[in-house]
Amino acid sequence: MPAETEVQPKQLNDGSAVLIQALKDQGVEVIFGYPGGAVLPIYDALYKNPIKHILARHEQGAIHAAEGYARVSGRTGVVIATSGPGATNLVTGITDAYLDSLPLVVFTGQVGQEVIGTDAFQEADIIGITQPITKHNYQVNDIKDFPRIIKEAFHIASTGRKGPVVVDIPKNIAAGLFDEEKHVDEEVNLPGYQPTTRPNFLQIQKAAQAISNAKQPLILAGAGILHAGAMDELKDLVEKHRIPVTNTLLGLGSIHGEHELFLGMAGMHGTYTANMAITECDLLVNIGARFDDRLTGNLNLFAPNAKVIHIDIDPAEIGKNVPTEIPIVADAKEALKELLKQEFASPVSEDWITHLKEAHKEYPLWYVEDKEHLLPQQAIQIIHQVTGGDAIVTTDVGQHQMWAAQYYSLNNPDHWVTSGGLGTMGFGFPAAIGAQLAKPKERVVAIVGDAGFQMTAQELSLLQELRIPVKVVILNNEGLGMVRQWQETFYEERYSQSLIPVQPDFVKLAEAYDLKGYRINTLEEAESVFREALLSDEPVLIDCRVKQLENVYPMVVPGTGLHEMIGVSGK
Amino acid sequence: MKRVITVTVINQSGVLNRVTGLLMKRQFNIESITVGHTEQVGMSKMTFIVNVEDERKIEQLVKQLQKQIDVIKVDDITDKSIVMRELALVKVISPPHIRSEMNSIIEPFRATAIDIGKNVVTYQVTGNPEKIEAFIDLIKPYGIKELTRTGATAFVRETQKVQSPQLSILK
Repeated sequence: MPAETEVQPKQLNDGSAVLIQALKDQGVEVIFGYPGGAVLPIYDALYKNPIKHILARHEQGAIHAAEGYARVSGRTGVVIATSGPGATNLVTGITDAYLDSLPLVVFTGQVGQEVIGTDAFQEADIIGITQPITKHNYQVNDIKDFPRIIKEAFHIASTGRKGPVVVDIPKNIAAGLFDEEKHVDEEVNLPGYQPTTRPNFLQIQKAAQAISNAKQPLILAGAGILHAGAMDELKDLVEKHRIPVTNTLLGLGSIHGEHELFLGMAGMHGTYTANMAITECDLLVNIGARFDDRLTGNLNLFAPNAKVIHIDIDPAEIGKNVPTEIPIVADAKEALKELLKQEFASPVSEDWITHLKEAHKEYPLWYVEDKEHLLPQQAIQIIHQVTGGDAIVTTDVGQHQMWAAQYYSLNNPDHWVTSGGLGTMGFGFPAAIGAQLAKPKERVVAIVGDAGFQMTAQELSLLQELRIPVKVVILNNEGLGMVRQWQETFYEERYSQSLIPVQPDFVKLAEAYDLKGYRINTLEEAESVFREALLSDEPVLIDCRVKQLENVYPMVVPGTGLHEMIGVSGK
Repeated sequence: MKRVITVTVINQSGVLNRVTGLLMKRQFNIESITVGHTEQVGMSKMTFIVNVEDERKIEQLVKQLQKQIDVIKVDDITDKSIVMRELALVKVISPPHIRSEMNSIIEPFRATAIDIGKNVVTYQVTGNPEKIEAFIDLIKPYGIKELTRTGATAFVRETQKVQSPQLSILK
């Protein structure tokens, strides 16, 4: 490493230069963004003092890519968009990141302070708009606050329960002269923000006691495990005390998909075994999950026999939906470490485990093979086979997402990038681009539906430009599969606006972007094409024509209990 | 049930919006809200009266408020010994010949006339919300032309009784 004999003085000549330098100081390696009038000074500063910038073709693409990057790298995603429409195009992604607790710092341009509030050209009150969907937001009203605000924004986004922070920068602040004397490099001081990461010792003791008293305990592991990097501790706890474990949708990957004590995902489209285990357990240890309604089903029937331990870094999540006997406010890793230090007798009766394993054998995930059509479940299974369970998988929301969750058994943490809380169509493809940038050597497969893909398909241009080997797999059932399934089940097959028979030729679309496109119609084609396409080093798009009327089962109908799942098939 | 919540916040632009926005988003019904500076520079205090169904809801409200970056401290002071005051201004039709009658009515409330016109008088009254209600009820038959209330502001008393009586409005 060359010795740095001379430290260059920082070029702090205007607000934008301060911003770019601050981003470098934060270790930001990549920015996702889209320029426009109000952020021209920032883009000019970026020209003079470059950081890798990914020019998405729509702001929504930029922010979902940043989310994918954040999820996979564990780092804070950075987004820049201009004022007005640039900023409002980010709203979906900000909400998505908020609901799934992804760390983002989003810089929006704003019109100059002299015209704020006059409905000026490209003005939108993005602070007002994003207040309910951000962890915090700022408008920079005085240039001397700018460095402090950037620092605080990164601190808030990436600590405690992670989340998006918006920093709105009026154009005159971005272009305004910055006097270096104004720059006081102070430590972050936020008296109102002191997240608790260390667990209360007495509560840990109580939890240990409760576990040692339980006959049929169950661990529910959520995304909090992944955010805290507590996978090893989770595995240790599971194995040390032989406690069966289930995952939320977002928690998938926190334990190896083939672990002998893993029961599969729980919730609306979870496995019969996982949901039955929740219903029958006498102790439920929730680590880093928020008891979302898609997980719990009818709350009155949820875990009726269980004492509940809830470990969460956000105290507001504890007791919000499910009454909790033992609340532990802490980072999942810290809490699990303390819990593992406690010596107590392993309580679990092997009968409980045997009972669950038998149920798993008797009521597995199932589908009925169809000679004429390729089934989406089969497609996912082949993808799993070909990639060995090692790929980073990203998805939108809907049927394809549930099939991916059910049939793509993950070997690794941070390899599952899905829009859980908000359920955002159009998320999966740009998120895959961000994920690939975060981990260039990993194989990234975006499993998307034909409808969702068309919401952000313009980002194919990014693959063309960057030549990163993202694989786009469209499970094409000519419409909004999950909407159609609900219409079939709850609206007497009145398929109102859920079928989209008129489609672009996706292969030609790929070719229009100078990408390789494949089409698959049958099981045989799937096996050969996936092998060729997924193992190539190039970006590819695969239009996978699957059986149109296939449904996701089993299912917990909203308003019913987890034990009342429909579509459970005994072997 | 009604609860009295005090929230100490860093006085930055948008903080009131943030707090009321949170209450709106989470569907809490605000009965009244007052905000003003505190003895500490840069700190403001809000006092809310909110209507919630049960203990879980109020716990959730306090936790959600506490999560806000600008919020320093949240207290549910409903069950403590507290001092609570509200101010109301009432403009009443009051021709000269009934002024002495009016005076005898307002006197027990320690209300004062702060503006006197030919046929109308504006009274100012302070006290807990219940007292204000009683005052308004008494004045109503004379014809209220205009009425404005500040909403309650409150904090806990220096000395806490072991079993402090709950304020009647909160029952």
